[in-house]
Amino acid sequence: MRAKFARTLAFRIILIYLIAFALSAAAIVAFTYWSTAKALNAQTDRKVADETTSLTELYDQLGLAGLNDAIMERYPFGPQGQLYFLADEQLQRIAGNLASWPALTQLGGGIVEFDYEPRTGELHRARGRVVELTGGFELLVARDVFERYETEKQFTASLPWSVLLTVLLGVAGGTLISRQLVARLGAINRTSREIMSGDLSRRVPVGRSGDEFDALAQNLNRMLDRTERLMRGMREVTDSVAHDLRTPLNRLRNRLESVCRQLIPESNEAAAIEAAIAETDRLIATFNALLLIAEAEAGVAREAMAPFDLRSVVEGVAELYSPLAEEKGVSLDIAPAGAAVIFGNRSLISQALANLLDNAIKYTPAGGHIRILVQETPEGTALAVADTGPGIASEDRVRVVERFVRLEASRNSPGTGLGLSLVAAVARLHDAKLSLEDNKPGLKAILVFPAELPKRSRTKA
Amino acid sequence: MRILVVEDDLEAQKYLVNGLKEAGHVVDDATEGETGLTLALSRPYDIAIIDRMLPKMDGLRLVEEIREHGNSTPVLFLSALSEVDDRVKGLKAGGDDYLTKPYAFAELLARLDALMRRRQPAAVKTKLQVGDLELDLLSRVAQRNGSSIDLQPREFRLLEYLMRHAGQVVTRTMLLESVWEYHFDPQTNVIDVHISRLRAKIDKGFERPLLHTVRGAGYMIRAQA
Repeated sequence: MRAKFARTLAFRIILIYLIAFALSAAAIVAFTYWSTAKALNAQTDRKVADETTSLTELYDQLGLAGLNDAIMERYPFGPQGQLYFLADEQLQRIAGNLASWPALTQLGGGIVEFDYEPRTGELHRARGRVVELTGGFELLVARDVFERYETEKQFTASLPWSVLLTVLLGVAGGTLISRQLVARLGAINRTSREIMSGDLSRRVPVGRSGDEFDALAQNLNRMLDRTERLMRGMREVTDSVAHDLRTPLNRLRNRLESVCRQLIPESNEAAAIEAAIAETDRLIATFNALLLIAEAEAGVAREAMAPFDLRSVVEGVAELYSPLAEEKGVSLDIAPAGAAVIFGNRSLISQALANLLDNAIKYTPAGGHIRILVQETPEGTALAVADTGPGIASEDRVRVVERFVRLEASRNSPGTGLGLSLVAAVARLHDAKLSLEDNKPGLKAILVFPAELPKRSRTKA
Repeated sequence: MRILVVEDDLEAQKYLVNGLKEAGHVVDDATEGETGLTLALSRPYDIAIIDRMLPKMDGLRLVEEIREHGNSTPVLFLSALSEVDDRVKGLKAGGDDYLTKPYAFAELLARLDALMRRRQPAAVKTKLQVGDLELDLLSRVAQRNGSSIDLQPREFRLLEYLMRHAGQVVTRTMLLESVWEYHFDPQTNVIDVHISRLRAKIDKGFERPLLHTVRGAGYMIRAQA
């Protein structure tokens, strides 16, 4: 279940959303922090530089005493956090509000940072610069940046919470978006499944926002309209072909029959006409078989599909053909099996099985054996007819399924040459797989109906 | 019998009407649906033969209309349409039987006879008898001349159907449809094989056969030759 969720679009959207959200949040925070810190440092540095310049000028004009006075003067009144330290060559204090020369960290550009103790027990950070005065004196001017460091520390401390918040927001946002997307995709998927199970009248719901999903739904619907039109066209074509050919065939047969009725029964003329009628009937049979194949291939018969027990069909058809097999001296049996419910057109599957059985009986010599098997396999429900006849050479097996193909050996036996084509068409209609195998010796024709029962489609009147 | 024929193909209609008249029936005809409906509702017919595709009013609609008026005349549909589910549609609309063109005239006549027979429901029979052949529908026992005949369930149904239509021609297609409930072309002479097995059981060793083959049409069971 969890592994399945990981493969869903929803999961991927949440993940992508989360990563994007976290990355952009981190980038914004980092940039803000960096630019703010830079601006604050620059401000400090500028103030320190101004101060240093003014003190250096003072020193140049008034000398050490003047500088000392100025520092003493500024020290108590100076702006808070302003630090001074005037030292001699040995870094001994001459004036200033720091107890001793601090340990400096050089930051480049003459900027230094150091820690000092404004009150006992407190440690503050300060930032400033050191100038060397003529006469070997060192002047340190700095400002307390304790508050900025405190803010920085707090910021770092709150970072895990920010991350958590970001993740939560990311997941929430992702879920919201994915749920909406998935719901709309789900609607499209549901409709597609219903259509695939035969209900061509269904359409994908189209929203009113006119976004990409609505465009997709509209395109799908247009495609479906077209498919439906094609199917209807196919049906109209088969109907009109059926009508336009059956009507003259009907007249032909009628005329032959009425001529026959006027002749003396069992005369030569009557026999000739009867032969012509029989030929007409063969023509009609071929025509009907072709039409049935066309219908099965166009999926017209999909409407008449329902679940049924394959086993009962096998028993019925086997029972119909068993006297024929017996008469030919061929044994016919059904391998024991339980009920096997499949979804399909019962009549067409019966016909397909009848064709397979008819072929098997036709080609199996006396003393042979025919076995019908119904089996549940991992791929689905298999229906097989195995005989001990001459079989079909492996290079011919694909060809025999095509229309009108009859192998040389069977050229003279009766039949339309459409039997296996119909079986193949019925297989395609049911998404079933038809395979012809070597029964060693003989032929084994196998139809495997897919395991998953499609949702029952609405049966139209 | 008084028969109504509604068929738009004039040649087929002429042939049908002539054939039915030759067979001794009284026939009225129409070439489109509306006239057909007027005729069907204004005169009593024993049977109506209606084409599926008609001008002005489609055959299906015509039969639905007739049925809506409470008219229960048996209807035989003729259809040149392709088959898979048209039969179902025809029977749903109120048709009693369905025949696909082209058909053998003998097939049509046999079906008309069967429809007529169905229309006059004889008292519920528990025993069928043809000559000295007896079929007990309750105990499922077949006897000829007092000695019992061992029949398979399907053979019993086959014999029952034949005996219910004793004296009538029953075609192979009718047997396949009624006894086996299949509506497809079995390609080979399967029905003939079943009949010959049944014949071996009921007629073998008897001087007068009951089960007859009717040339070019089908089979018939009857007491007199």
